[in-house]
Amino acid sequence: MLIVELIKLRYTINNMSQKILLDKINVPGIRTYEVYRQNGGYASVEKAIKKMTPDEVVEEVKTSGLRGRGGAGFPAGMKWSFIDKKSGKPRHLVCNADESEPGTFKDRFLMEYIPHLLIEGMITSSYALGANLSYIYIRGEYMWVYKILERAIAEAKAAGWLGKNILGSGYDLELYVQIGAGAYICGEETALIESLEGKRGNPRIKPPFPAVSGLWANPTVVNNVETIAAVPWIVNNSGADYAAIGIGRSTGTKLISASGNIKNQGVFEIDLGLSVYEFMNSDEYCGGMQTDRPLKALVPGGSSVPILPAHLIYKTAAGEDRLMTYESLSDGGFATGSMLGSGGFIVYDDRACIVRNTWNFSRFYHHESCGQCTPCREGTGWLEKVLHRIENGHGREEDIELLWSIQAKIEGNTICPLGDAASWPVAAAIRHFRDEFEYHIRFPEKVKNRDHFVHEPFEKVKHLVTKQPV
Amino acid sequence: MSDNKTYQFSEETMATAQRIIRRYPEGKHKSALIPLLHLAQAEFDGWLSSDVMDYVASILEIKPIEVYEVVSFYTMYNQRPIGKYMFEFCQTSPCCLNGVEDLMDYTCEKLGVGIGETTPDGLFEVRGVECLGACGYAPMMQLGDFYKEHLTKEKVDQIIADCRANKITLHDK
Repeated sequence: MLIVELIKLRYTINNMSQKILLDKINVPGIRTYEVYRQNGGYASVEKAIKKMTPDEVVEEVKTSGLRGRGGAGFPAGMKWSFIDKKSGKPRHLVCNADESEPGTFKDRFLMEYIPHLLIEGMITSSYALGANLSYIYIRGEYMWVYKILERAIAEAKAAGWLGKNILGSGYDLELYVQIGAGAYICGEETALIESLEGKRGNPRIKPPFPAVSGLWANPTVVNNVETIAAVPWIVNNSGADYAAIGIGRSTGTKLISASGNIKNQGVFEIDLGLSVYEFMNSDEYCGGMQTDRPLKALVPGGSSVPILPAHLIYKTAAGEDRLMTYESLSDGGFATGSMLGSGGFIVYDDRACIVRNTWNFSRFYHHESCGQCTPCREGTGWLEKVLHRIENGHGREEDIELLWSIQAKIEGNTICPLGDAASWPVAAAIRHFRDEFEYHIRFPEKVKNRDHFVHEPFEKVKHLVTKQPV
Repeated sequence: MSDNKTYQFSEETMATAQRIIRRYPEGKHKSALIPLLHLAQAEFDGWLSSDVMDYVASILEIKPIEVYEVVSFYTMYNQRPIGKYMFEFCQTSPCCLNGVEDLMDYTCEKLGVGIGETTPDGLFEVRGVECLGACGYAPMMQLGDFYKEHLTKEKVDQIIADCRANKITLHDK
């Protein structure tokens, strides 16, 4: 029980910043229907169904500027407006709760602690789309969260928020949770749909897009958990209120999953536009580094996005403050920027080995490649193999060029973005930390212990690389 | 792998399976395959023999190959017998930053097995798996339907003792 208390305490500490999604997360019993309802829950369903047309709900979401929170950042309202209403086929809303991007654990936090927020968002959003049968697809490893959602759906249904003729409006909706079985690729929306149809998670060629031909060839919208969870607030307040938070095209709040060598690891809700410096160092958020070891690198948006070296974290290459927005994090393109992605914020201090980390990510992508496209199926394996030998002291001088060549041949040559996601971390690591790769190749004896930088950080041995000619 | 046995869900599990099958429109019951395989694995000793897969195919009235190709795709399905308590340590980067590799070494040494091996009594197995979505609570492992987070050597010792004392719940029914 002590562990449970400690974890709860940690969550409490982590959520001092409470805005839109997490404002009620610390209300005792908020996981249950009664408490959620007493705290204003399901108001957006009432408002939408009784006072708004579906198109008016879509308009509010468009006005809000809400962008897909799964990683791609595509405007949610626009995605909704693409759904094919003319064909007369049944429409579906599918929530992507297959959260698997390394560094990301925010959706699980929402679903585990305030499951009714997602269910409320699913009902309001399904109404907007005219969907009468919707699903939440959750990754298989979150089995206990699946059970939490099933219980919450049963509660919502018993209270009349699901089923036939909701609130006497004539609108019908059935909502179910679907469990996955361990496949990162099912977070890609067409692979998710294949999986929901009971098949292997092989992504489909687009077009047709799911908005035209998705689940069982019906028009389908797939949205991330956090995206759907933001809809109730937008409907209860207004799209304009939501758009007033944030900067430019980065509107509203974002959940950031913070992990690695920082003091406070956990899920935080930030207003988009907060500076990276403040997020990293304020006690309200990460609280600075875990120990007195210096900051070495940052992966700001999940393992797929480019890693940033220390000098590009707080300032952009142009010398401006780096902000937690889609635009600022990608400022400088891949040469000197990265991406907000899913908000998986992984912090590295100087004990971390970038080669080892890159190998670790490559192993992940190799394991998770569905195998459909040759460049990804073969290429991810080659990346892993070459990185493994460099990290373990068997690297060859030409290996760095080889890695560069492999990643360049995967990127853009696959059906889905997993190939790109496997390439970018490798390219960025070489771009910003090339000397560390060279050190591994030229001083194999020094890197055979996997903790090689713990006692002798790279900064201290860096000079050796430049002294020794090829 | 076949084990030449005949399988039949308990009445309770069959009721759950039927309830799941009704979640999809007429003729789309194949969608129930992945959830049903989880039920089968939990009920039949934690793995899916070809006989179990054939049984699931018969419930859904689909071809056995449609089940095999799904089982071989998803990591959570075990195609061979496994240790009763399978410690699945997340070994992706954020967990490594928090010392999971040392903890895996410790656990393997304590149980006298290598990664992917089962103890001779069939009780334990240690595996390294990819990101489990618990990066902020690292190091961690999955045990049955649950996560064990913020692990230390002492906590691993305690979990092992609890397993031996039959105090661990693997599946939430």
